[in-house]
Amino acid sequence: MFQFKNCEKADTVSEAIALLQRIPDSRIIAGGTDILIKLHEGKKGYENLVDIHGIQELKQISINKNGDIVIGSGVSFFKITESEIIKKHINVLSVAVSTVGGPQVRNMATIGGNVCNGVTSADSASTLFALNAVMNIEGADGKRDIPIADFYLGPGKVDLKSHEILVSITITPDNYVGYGGHFYKYAMRNAMDIATIGCSSVCKVEDGRLIDLRLAFGVAGPVPLRCSSTEEMAAGKEINSQLLDKIADNVRNDVNPRTSWRASKEFRLQIITELARRVTVQAITEAGGPSIE
Amino acid sequence: MNRTITLNLNGKEKTLSVDIRESLLDVLRERLGQTSVKHGCGVGECGACSVLIDGVLTDSCIYLAIWADGKSIRTAEGESKDGEISRIQKAYVDAGAVQCGFCTPGMVMATTAFIEKNKGKKVTREEIRKGHSGNLCRCTGYNSIVNAVEECMSEKE
Repeated sequence: MFQFKNCEKADTVSEAIALLQRIPDSRIIAGGTDILIKLHEGKKGYENLVDIHGIQELKQISINKNGDIVIGSGVSFFKITESEIIKKHINVLSVAVSTVGGPQVRNMATIGGNVCNGVTSADSASTLFALNAVMNIEGADGKRDIPIADFYLGPGKVDLKSHEILVSITITPDNYVGYGGHFYKYAMRNAMDIATIGCSSVCKVEDGRLIDLRLAFGVAGPVPLRCSSTEEMAAGKEINSQLLDKIADNVRNDVNPRTSWRASKEFRLQIITELARRVTVQAITEAGGPSIE
Repeated sequence: MNRTITLNLNGKEKTLSVDIRESLLDVLRERLGQTSVKHGCGVGECGACSVLIDGVLTDSCIYLAIWADGKSIRTAEGESKDGEISRIQKAYVDAGAVQCGFCTPGMVMATTAFIEKNKGKKVTREEIRKGHSGNLCRCTGYNSIVNAVEECMSEKE
């Protein structure tokens, strides 16, 4: 028996907001793959749950006439990997979320829950950073949209007020049209594991030049992060092996990994350097650029 | 606090009152006699409690029983019909994919979902492994399980 006191079911987003306002210290439960485990472990702070598991309006993936891809926060990882919209336009996200847990977890866990947990190891987060995803939030004060980089405030802490709910995640066409990307999760096991390092690289290539590079990492700092100095350094440069070496070299200036029981700081830095190169090489190919050894 | 739910279990409708704090695993095992659904890790890592919910492979230990209201649940008990085990269960027996047996019912449900999803497709052993990566088996080393799944994939309906 899970040790919570109450679990109020919401059928719509507005019902969920009303419940969050009415019930003090209430927490949202969606897929349950994190909250129920915390409850199983006896963690406090989850006594009053607002259940958004069944809200259908949160479970849609759509593309509007402007080309904005809108992913409902309640969409499961499995649904993302199967979505034609995602596979066609932002396949890198499909690659990323297919590395989460195992099939059972991917069937239940939601992309909204993954980012709202605020953990640096969230497998979807680095790719959403690379795609400049926008978080569409709704609360008692109305709606607001914020870039994912501003959404993460610190480890386990995101910019979501107690009465607010993440409704969807938007990726605008200027962030994916003409881009290619790749993701790699380095972990100790091939499944059911937490990333030692997650790396997402998204880029645009023209005439053998790297027009735009977005390189993002998970577990390379307290929150997922973008490698801005490396991105600036690489922008507009001719694609060759030397450039890839420079990217791998420079990326150390952008990250801040720590030692934990999973891996030492030094080991993580080694993986980060290696992945910066390998994943970007693959992203360049995906973007229609030359293949580099 | 209790809530009344109605679910379809292996083709039969059941209405029962559940505590809102109960997992589907507890309800299936303790109240509905589905002892094939094993309580392994309890945190969605081992897959021994796997069932199909509206055809979707799910760890019933991290699924609230109240969420099952209106849903169709399939367990290994329901896969055997009229005293005959299913084609998949038989493939497990033939391939020697059962040793201690604790993971088997959950593994069989993973295979059932995998086969239904990949019907008519050519799948690699790697894809079979990925499709079963949420189910742990500490006896077989997985090879015989992958063999059993391959055997199911190659059989004609």
